[in-house]
Amino acid sequence: MFPSLFGKQDAEKAEPPKTSLLDRLKQGIQKTRAGLVDRIEDTISGRKEINAELLEELEYALISADIGVRTSTEILERIRQRVDRRLVNDAAELKNLIREQLLEILQAVERAPVQPESGPRVVMVVGVNGVGKTTTIGKLAHLLRERNKSVLLCASDTFRAAAIEQLEVWGKRTGVEVVRQGSGADPSAVLFDGLQSAKARGLDHVIIDTAGRLHTKSNLMAELEKMQRTAARVIPEAPHEVLLVMDATTGQNGLEQARRFTESAGVSGIVLTKLDGTAKGGVVVAIARELNLPIRYIGVGEQAADLLPFDASRFIETLFA
Amino acid sequence: MFENLSDKLQRVFKNLRGEGKLTAENMEAALREIRVALLEADVHFRVVKTLMENIKQKAMGEEVLSALTPGQQVTKIVRDELVKVLGTHPSRLRTANEPPTVVMIVGLQGSGKTTSTGKLARWCSKNGHSPIMVSVDVYRPAARHQLAVIARDLKLPVYQGGEAEKPLELARGARREAMQTGRDLILVDTAGRLHIDDELMTELSQLKESLNPTEILFVADAMTGQDAVKSADEFHKRLGITGVILTKMDGDARGGAALSIREVTSQPLKFVGVGEKFDGLEAFHPERVASRILGMGDVLSLIEKVEQNIDQKKAEEMQRKLLEDEFTLADFRDQMKQLSKLGSLESLLGMMPQVGPFKEMKNAKVDEKEMTRVVAIIDSMTERERANHMIINGSRRRRIAKGSGTTVQEVNSLLKQYAQARKMMKSLTGGLSGGKMGGALGRKLAKMKLGGMPGMPWN
Repeated sequence: MFPSLFGKQDAEKAEPPKTSLLDRLKQGIQKTRAGLVDRIEDTISGRKEINAELLEELEYALISADIGVRTSTEILERIRQRVDRRLVNDAAELKNLIREQLLEILQAVERAPVQPESGPRVVMVVGVNGVGKTTTIGKLAHLLRERNKSVLLCASDTFRAAAIEQLEVWGKRTGVEVVRQGSGADPSAVLFDGLQSAKARGLDHVIIDTAGRLHTKSNLMAELEKMQRTAARVIPEAPHEVLLVMDATTGQNGLEQARRFTESAGVSGIVLTKLDGTAKGGVVVAIARELNLPIRYIGVGEQAADLLPFDASRFIETLFA
Repeated sequence: MFENLSDKLQRVFKNLRGEGKLTAENMEAALREIRVALLEADVHFRVVKTLMENIKQKAMGEEVLSALTPGQQVTKIVRDELVKVLGTHPSRLRTANEPPTVVMIVGLQGSGKTTSTGKLARWCSKNGHSPIMVSVDVYRPAARHQLAVIARDLKLPVYQGGEAEKPLELARGARREAMQTGRDLILVDTAGRLHIDDELMTELSQLKESLNPTEILFVADAMTGQDAVKSADEFHKRLGITGVILTKMDGDARGGAALSIREVTSQPLKFVGVGEKFDGLEAFHPERVASRILGMGDVLSLIEKVEQNIDQKKAEEMQRKLLEDEFTLADFRDQMKQLSKLGSLESLLGMMPQVGPFKEMKNAKVDEKEMTRVVAIIDSMTERERANHMIINGSRRRRIAKGSGTTVQEVNSLLKQYAQARKMMKSLTGGLSGGKMGGALGRKLAKMKLGGMPGMPWN
């Protein structure tokens, strides 16, 4: 049906995926590395003395990764204190200090995902427009299928033109069924159908696609609240996970997005997409620090296998290796 | 919401009154706040550095005007500087001498190219063109279908082409179709990528070669962070973009990316995308985006709403009166009546920036009945009393109270509020009309006649 699409996909399925998780991570974040860590190294290299100017340059290196001025200042402030107390003397140590600070922030918010007591695990995927929600869902389905889990996708983005079709393409690629209604249908109704069906059939996972919405649209945010209530009616503790998908190019508005989506939809984790681009996605550091939200996955490419579970220490080690 | 720059500066300069001049010392804290505000708005850090130099130079040694607080004054300097970078006037869509004009829409994935293509098609058809759309995105699942659905909703033509056609073939097909069906504008929706790769750029330059577009519009998401500079710069170097569409401006992103993009490409920002409806494309107004980057609220949208609803002539008359201190009770009543035309007062208050005299208003409880009462009181006055409130003595007050079914206390408090409002407005309009930007804003605020809010009945 989609010969050209599937030809490529099948070829990829054939390659052994297990061996390459670390390699994929390395490859996927190499641009982030180049932008952040190389820059820190360049700033430090050849300098011995730590002075105000050097620290300011480092602060700008963090800011240019979208970590945000407040978090960057705070990180640098801590380093400055150590410098003042003469705990650090050599500029070469600064890279390590930054690494430690970032790791500390990201690790502080790590927590195990909620598992259902019984029945399917319901994951709702939310976010603003154009961040890659549908693609993320496709990749997530692929990840779960590789672990031999049964998955159902729920096309609750009934608003954007061709969103349902796009999800169906992913359904076919990953061999997963898609529950859908017509374009313009009530998203909660689609969700209801999907959960009922998954429950009845004893499936492991349901992933719900939602329409992209700006967090400032209160009526659309209220729709998410309704979807939550609907989910909880079918499966009491559902949704078990609400993933906020965020594009790595997002700047400081990411904080506001995370805040508002958490208020309305109870976000429990972040998926950072498009990390293979030149953007560094540093706003998630600010989000971790200010809103206590963990990163769950990172998207590092366009292929089905390019969604990687996030592990703070592995990520930071790879980034600073 | 964030605290806006003006608020912060107000705080920084709290102790400055009476010092007379902006100096290196008293500006230091302010400059720090400005820098943070710009960085928080996602303006690229290099662009921030340049801006800061300019702002510093402008501000140093300025006399502190009596009408403006130092905070307002510095905010004005910052805003003027931003407007200067953004371009001082809105820019138009150019067309080819010989139709059809080709407009290529390019940008990163998820920036809103397809939606913007649809909006632009609607905008063009409303502005005397007959556009045809074509999607040459053969990569993203269902991308071409998405444009087809949009075209159907817009009732505007789209060139579909064959399933297996390559981007170049699709574009040529669209041109042929445009010629045959007499369409004067072709909108080419191109594929986006996560990042700039050679393959995509080569494809886009081939399209450019073959189509000879009049405009290559770069679509940028207003929420983009520091990376905006990089992608805009790459696209510009490889393709030579001719303009920018800034999308998702209906969110609360400050849109500092606009400054960065403009600074690195020096190409004009042409449109902003707001909302998911197809009429959500507006001409780019530098002053609005500048205010927004500084977190100064939707005051301009509010002004637009006011302008749509308020009698222009009356408003100008009112403004003249305000400036010349002839603002009478009759005007006060007219103002109330006009104000009630704008709809719920609470929603209006929500749009106000939390600055200066408006600061306390956000939480003000609005009693709409109170307005009716005020109008009744003024209605019970004689012409002479309305023209000159000074003549309203004790016995007149008793008569007015009786006539309007209120009490003398209520009449008293109205008169007091009116006097206060007059004073507030005078200082506000006088202050803001002092400078270039202030002039426009000041006039508009005067036009809105909301300036004296603290004296109004809902306090």
